[in-house]
Amino acid sequence: MNDAIKDLLYRMADDELIIGHRNSEWTGLGPILEEDIAFSSIAQDQIGHALAIYTLLQQHFEAGTPDAIAFGRDEKDFHSSHFVELPIGDYAFSLMRHFLFDHAESLRYEMLTQSSFAPLAALAKKIKGELKYHVLHADLWVTKLGKGTEESHARMQTALNEAFPYALGMFEPSKFEDELQTNNIFEGEAALQAKWLDAIAPIIDKAGLVLPDVAPSSIIFGGRNGYHSVYLQPMVEEMSEVYRLDPAATW
Amino acid sequence: MVVTHNRVERADPGTLLNQQRGSAEGGTSHAVMEVLATVMDPEIPTLSVIDLGMITGVTMSDDGIHVRLLPTFVACPATSYIRNSITDTLANAGFHNVTVDMEDELSWSSDRVTERGRKLLEEFGLGAPIQIDGVLNLETIEHVNCPHCGSANTTLRSMFGSTLCRSIHYCEDCRQGFERFKPV
Repeated sequence: MNDAIKDLLYRMADDELIIGHRNSEWTGLGPILEEDIAFSSIAQDQIGHALAIYTLLQQHFEAGTPDAIAFGRDEKDFHSSHFVELPIGDYAFSLMRHFLFDHAESLRYEMLTQSSFAPLAALAKKIKGELKYHVLHADLWVTKLGKGTEESHARMQTALNEAFPYALGMFEPSKFEDELQTNNIFEGEAALQAKWLDAIAPIIDKAGLVLPDVAPSSIIFGGRNGYHSVYLQPMVEEMSEVYRLDPAATW
Repeated sequence: MVVTHNRVERADPGTLLNQQRGSAEGGTSHAVMEVLATVMDPEIPTLSVIDLGMITGVTMSDDGIHVRLLPTFVACPATSYIRNSITDTLANAGFHNVTVDMEDELSWSSDRVTERGRKLLEEFGLGAPIQIDGVLNLETIEHVNCPHCGSANTTLRSMFGSTLCRSIHYCEDCRQGFERFKPV
């Protein structure tokens, strides 16, 4: 059972760390000041959530510090989905990714408030309220720009078409699905995906956008098992560059 | 608050602790709480950890004093600063052997901010969070009175502000922008 919980925690933490790092790339470059601040704040939340989960891993399963867990691993040992690894693209893409990712994350934590793994349930309760801000922020802008001008609408639809096959890849089932469900640790990726679709569909509709049809064979899987996009390796090198100079250094 | 600080410092720290450990444990935790009321949030320096509802308990044991600290936002970068500030301030007041334990079980909510804390927030120029009782939606996030003129005729400009715990609003009456301590 420990391996099943560890796998779940790594999936969550690595997604948060990688997308947090990606979102932080908007700091200083946001299209308007408020959005610059919003993406920077969301990034800060996400890296903080990653730290909280790496801390759970340290407390219950691993020997290393959260920094060692986050920055001491090779690309192959990450459990992140391709979706979070993709470059930031234009603001429309980053906003759409933020919308699709944060709805999934918010529902995942909501489900985990019932987890039989008590430390994770307690953390999920703490994080839930913060994610509400992420989701409301995303809903507001996706609706505003989806219904905005012809150009903003077209760019949001293009972003959705590009992001959606990757977004579905977030729900790549793990080999521990049965074990997690039987032990009431997590209801599973399929249940999460169903809730996620229910949550995003009305907003997409309200924004005047259309969810693209994605054939099951077009969903981008692999990240949960260590098969990553070409974008992760350079990111891991960049993120861990300072850490690797002197892993024992204190700050 | 200065008076509180002096009162604790004037007593011989060792004697104070020994007396109260033997006779009235409650007395010591009360004195510790009074010192904690002088440990300020680094980002809102008029508010103490008590005003913010961040202290969930003070207990005495054989190995010293245990303070239970409930962080506000999970990613708040000030948490370790506050933690150190608690041990430093207590040490200056004569309380040594202090351990700050992080409260993992409970979740912090802005509903924990005291009445006094809400007043201090407004005096500092920040909108105060309204009581949410677990209901957080666009309405509760938007609804805030202007800390400058008290008007309820305000609009939400951005859900994210200069720190994780602030959002940005605008008062339509006194025509000033302001930040608000987020309800969560």
